[in-house]
Amino acid sequence: MYKAEVRGPLILGNKDYGQITRDIIAPIDNKTPGWWKVAMAISVTLASIGIFSLYYTVRYGLGTWAVNNSVAWGWEIINFVWWIGIGHAGTAFSIFLLILRQKWRTSINRAAEAMTVFAVMCAAIFPAIHMGRVWLAFYIFPYPNTRGPLWVNFNSPLFWDFIAISAYLLISASFWYFGMVPDFASIRDKAKTKAKKAVYGMLAFGWTGSTKEWLRYEGLSYVLGGIAAVLVVSVHSIVSTDFASSVIPGWHTTLFPPYFVVGAIFSGFAMVMTLMIVIRKYYHLEDYVTDSHLNAIAKILVFVSLIMGTAYTTEVFMAWYSGNPYEMFTFFHNRLTGEYSFMFWAMVICNAVIPQVMWSKKVRSNITALFIISLIINLGMWYERFNIVVTSLSKDYLPSSWTTYSPTWVEIGIYIGTIGIFTIGVLFFFRFIPMIAISEVKSVLKPTEISEKH
Amino acid sequence: MEKKYWKSLEEQANLPVTNPGQKDEDASRSLLDLIDEEIDSKPSSRRNFLKFCGFSFATAAIATSCKNPINTAIPYLNKPEEVTPGMANHYASTYFDGQDYNGILVKVRDGRPIKIEGNELSSISKGATSARVQGSVLSLYDDGARFKAPKMGGKETTWNALDTEVSAKLTAANTSGKSIALVTSTIISPSTLSVINEFKSKFPTTKHITYDAVSSSAVLEANNLTFSSQTIPDYYFDKADVIVSFGADFLGTWLMPVEFTRRFAASRRLNAEKRTISQLTVFESGMSLTGANADYRHPVKPSQQASIILSLYNEIATATGGTPYSAPASPVNITKLAKKLLGAKGKSIVVCGINDTAIQVVVNAINQMLQNYGSTIDFSSSLNIRKGIDQEMTTFVNELNEGKTAVVVFYNVNPVYNYFDSKLLVDGLKKAELSVSFANAIDETSAICTIVAPDHHFLESWNDAEPKKGIFSLQQPTIRNIYWTRQAQDSLLKWSASTVQYNAYVKQYWQQNFSSKQTEYTSLDFWNYTLQKGIFELPLSTSQFTFANQALADSAKKCASFVTSETELSFYETIALGNGMHTNNPWMMEMPDPISKVCWDNFAAISPKMAEKLGVVTGDLLKIGNDLEFVAFIQPGQADGTISIAYGYGHTKAGKVADGVGVNVFPFMKMEGNNRKESIAIASVVKTGKKYNLASTQTHYSMEGRDIVRETTLAEWTEKPNAGNEMHEEAEKHNISLYKEIKFEGHHWGMSIDLNACTGCSACVIGCQAENNVPVVGKEQVAMTRIMHWIRMDRYYSEDTANPSVYFQPIMCQQCDNAPCENVCPVSATNHSSEGLNQMAYNRCIGTKYCINNCPYKVRRFNWFRYATNDAFDYNMNSDMGRMVLNPDVTVRERGVVEKCSFCVQRIQEKKLLAKLENRPLADGEIQTACMQACPAGAIIFGDTNNQQGKLMDLFTDQRNYNLIEEIHTLPSVGYLTKVRNRDKEIKKV
Repeated sequence: MYKAEVRGPLILGNKDYGQITRDIIAPIDNKTPGWWKVAMAISVTLASIGIFSLYYTVRYGLGTWAVNNSVAWGWEIINFVWWIGIGHAGTAFSIFLLILRQKWRTSINRAAEAMTVFAVMCAAIFPAIHMGRVWLAFYIFPYPNTRGPLWVNFNSPLFWDFIAISAYLLISASFWYFGMVPDFASIRDKAKTKAKKAVYGMLAFGWTGSTKEWLRYEGLSYVLGGIAAVLVVSVHSIVSTDFASSVIPGWHTTLFPPYFVVGAIFSGFAMVMTLMIVIRKYYHLEDYVTDSHLNAIAKILVFVSLIMGTAYTTEVFMAWYSGNPYEMFTFFHNRLTGEYSFMFWAMVICNAVIPQVMWSKKVRSNITALFIISLIINLGMWYERFNIVVTSLSKDYLPSSWTTYSPTWVEIGIYIGTIGIFTIGVLFFFRFIPMIAISEVKSVLKPTEISEKH
Repeated sequence: MEKKYWKSLEEQANLPVTNPGQKDEDASRSLLDLIDEEIDSKPSSRRNFLKFCGFSFATAAIATSCKNPINTAIPYLNKPEEVTPGMANHYASTYFDGQDYNGILVKVRDGRPIKIEGNELSSISKGATSARVQGSVLSLYDDGARFKAPKMGGKETTWNALDTEVSAKLTAANTSGKSIALVTSTIISPSTLSVINEFKSKFPTTKHITYDAVSSSAVLEANNLTFSSQTIPDYYFDKADVIVSFGADFLGTWLMPVEFTRRFAASRRLNAEKRTISQLTVFESGMSLTGANADYRHPVKPSQQASIILSLYNEIATATGGTPYSAPASPVNITKLAKKLLGAKGKSIVVCGINDTAIQVVVNAINQMLQNYGSTIDFSSSLNIRKGIDQEMTTFVNELNEGKTAVVVFYNVNPVYNYFDSKLLVDGLKKAELSVSFANAIDETSAICTIVAPDHHFLESWNDAEPKKGIFSLQQPTIRNIYWTRQAQDSLLKWSASTVQYNAYVKQYWQQNFSSKQTEYTSLDFWNYTLQKGIFELPLSTSQFTFANQALADSAKKCASFVTSETELSFYETIALGNGMHTNNPWMMEMPDPISKVCWDNFAAISPKMAEKLGVVTGDLLKIGNDLEFVAFIQPGQADGTISIAYGYGHTKAGKVADGVGVNVFPFMKMEGNNRKESIAIASVVKTGKKYNLASTQTHYSMEGRDIVRETTLAEWTEKPNAGNEMHEEAEKHNISLYKEIKFEGHHWGMSIDLNACTGCSACVIGCQAENNVPVVGKEQVAMTRIMHWIRMDRYYSEDTANPSVYFQPIMCQQCDNAPCENVCPVSATNHSSEGLNQMAYNRCIGTKYCINNCPYKVRRFNWFRYATNDAFDYNMNSDMGRMVLNPDVTVRERGVVEKCSFCVQRIQEKKLLAKLENRPLADGEIQTACMQACPAGAIIFGDTNNQQGKLMDLFTDQRNYNLIEEIHTLPSVGYLTKVRNRDKEIKKV
């Protein structure tokens, strides 16, 4: 008879409640570690490169990029979709696992949500900066105005994008922040300096920990969670309609919404894994982010990787099965073969092939391997977006306008900059915010069998 | 209770304080004061706080979003009678630059000539133009290159000082018996020739040398030998059924391309009445526009042409009972061609562009045997546009070096740049006492002349022209001379001690000589009416010449003696730049060559086979013969063992656009016999290993099996009128939609393009650029696929790379009724008009570029940089003078917005308003888009699809009509008519 394995304890090391609080807020109380300063210096440098590139773009025009009259979208849209994808996982993690009552999420969701917020902020830079006249970006806001009033085009996927992303950013930031309120209160209570007390006191919104507050807190979590759950699916579906609702071969496909959502979860989870490995290593939180956590993420990644593989195959199959010569060309002569074939095969190998090694328990328990695979997946997801954006545009209907595209230093600079901005955010998060949801972790401290003894 | 202090009684009594200097306080207070007061008077409530917040945000939003550029418009103090601000005036005039003739209409807005159209009254242009004519208006405003004042010894001077100096030197030369040389381009102006004659009579030692940089010397000499008439006949391609060209690019650059294109297109038109088309066979080495339009094209080496022509002569001579001459075996089998020519006696044309008298004599003999003279080739309206005899120039240069010439005057020529032995000329000029250049803009010749007496631009000048015998036209100034220049004819008159002004001279000349030849007007009215119409055409007087074949035997012998070399180099004129006279014109420089699609450079075109042999790809630098390096360009259809390089590049002192671009190949030319040869044998071609980047607007030349240009053959079309276009019916069948079909009440604009008429000449491209203020972006940007042209000429090849079939397809915005670009714009900056136009609201565009991506035709253009007033784009839009050419009816687009073809909406509006004012419906064909108006082939027809009787609907309902990529249901408003080639079935795949 099959006997379900009893899940081990989610928090190791026999902690008590006080220990947990102390452990988790230790990075906030302790002196800034040396590696943090180094990492911050690097991040600031990267961000400065990005800010200079942004300045250069706005000062001289989009001509400083390599995009052109055939391939009008390049790295900026690739990176936008990439960051949005990464920004998916936090909320997906929290919400879906919350709904599925997966208690193990508690050690990870805080970091994942933080990552979401920073990633979405990075992502939001791109649609703004890729506008030819970014100073008129407010034209995209649907508000009664003196220009007619002239409304936005509600049919445009770009407008949907704008709504979806801003809603998503708002909801995920709120969800993240409200989840932190009890923890801020804990820090406030333990704070030794006046300034710290004041700052965290402000952030804690006067939290006292009363039952009524907890009741409302939970209520709010579920409401925001409910909204966010829908947004997680909608935001990347909508991003995918930027492509799916067009007429361009390789873009015009109904597969895109699920394909994009799954892809986003894939890259997001991979990024969560990357971050969690860093956190547990540098902040010695192995007791909270245990091997079994990573194991669970790895299992999800293997499964999602299979879906990605299926999606890639479906795309190619449909190109052939439809008999559409333009689709056929895009897939068979400009992706599977041709000058961009490297990008295609890199994508397949990174996203659909390499993750399969995680079927092996040995790999799943090898932290180094997991770390490398998580990076490979994110690289692969970048290739995927390159494939979608560039290959389709570079060779579409009329061969007379076929061209090639490779970025200039400005585009690369902006991308590097967003990485810097992201890591700055993450580093601040490490330093000033409890990385693990203290209050939630406490709720899973005692495994079932132990609590039964009471 | 607070203690109250006061400083006056009024204050104490709470009376208003009066101040004599400040009577009405309220009126003088600013809005901000009032707001301050308002704030002060209100208690601080949450409501007020929010109100002021709201106000501040709104103010900030308005302040940041509204730009208020300061414009100063100064009204006329005394308004000129015929100038209405905002309304254009058109003046009939003449374009002749020494090479190309065109009767033109100049559009003048607020005193500025801004656009040139063809004169519809002219029997030569019939309203059409070439790309170069379209571009010529820009050179008027070439601030950087044009001379601002006369120059002496490199320094600016006054006209008086200049006249004194020149007159002294001329008189001195005349008295010492040394000759005065007047080196000019071909002059077709009767008045100018008369002025020159006056000059000659004043200075009898004057020699007038006519110098054409790329001459038709051989044709002139051959006609002199065979017909005793040193003229060029007119060629009626519309009357010919079989046309054979040996290297004469008559659709592109040979003699009268605009008129020839119209005639050729007429012979290629197919409709319900006209069921057959001419057949064109071309023998050439490089791919020319004519070769690209041929039904049969034979790539041959330049040296092989003679033997082919001779063999053809022999075949025809044998059949018609003439004398054949011994000839080497022809590299191409011409039996069939000879048969076809014989079958079309009197309805065929054989033309040859090779500058070799012997060859031209044999060609004349062929045409004579085919009885083409008098029917398709006619001397009665002979062409005057090429008069240069190569030998004259050589003699002049030799005499110059012998010190026989004291004064040299250059008019409209630049031999220092384009004479093959430029060094000898420059050395000789040093021996002359005075050299004068009439150039209106800097060039290599004026740079070494001691005196520059700058001529007016042709748009500032009075002149007349006789491009063909009996066909006259007038040129009138459309703007007062911008700089301190003087018309060359006025200078000559002045130096001849005449007191007449040239404009009076022309008028007098016309009243004396032409007034009597007509009866319509009185002598007084004649001038005014002719000036208004621009043209004066006499009925054709038939003049027949008898063919003399004394020279034939010698010529045939010479033709048989041509030696073929391993590698031969030949030179050609490009459509855009010709002999290099307009190289400094940024529009022309950036016009992609219709064949190579390259701009901003010349290159060595080599055949794919030769490239393979040399291990060369496009972009490799080749060392050809001497030390000059050329960039290789693999040209499908290039004859194996030949290299073609374009003239017109490699300027050193012609202005900022021209200088240093490409390599000058004129020095490669050689004098052989009496003619300058345009092809030479070369010893070696070596790959240097260096690379060079060419800017090309189209790098992929295959249609990839897609039905982009649909084609058929005449035979198939005759059987089935929708041959090659079967997919259209299929697409129409699937033309169903879930959505309600949009009805266009009133007008619904559309355009039809006849791919069979279009030769690819690209006049439309420049016409559009001039009309729509399309910026020039420079080589680097073109190489990055960022050219801004709203209409582009797509060129595809099919079949064999050694000798492909070539297809041209002009592509502009297709104005789709189901436009993919429209629904993706987040701010509705591009939307559909009630007349079916896909319009762009530039001031609404925020530049997401989504529309560019979603356009299946890729016709949308993005302003990647600010192209106007930007030193990085130092072309015509970077100076006040250069911007004078801008069309005030079309917005100059800002950085960051998308633009595209608008179907010349400004022209649509103009004509609609005109019709409304005149209270009448719009006439069919009344509205002409810029591309349609420029097109010499009449391939573009614009119209209203709601007008069932209109010309457009005729074409739209033709079985040859199709829409581009129609299967994706974009419902374009542009239709294309299938291309029909006149090829026999059995030799379709040669």
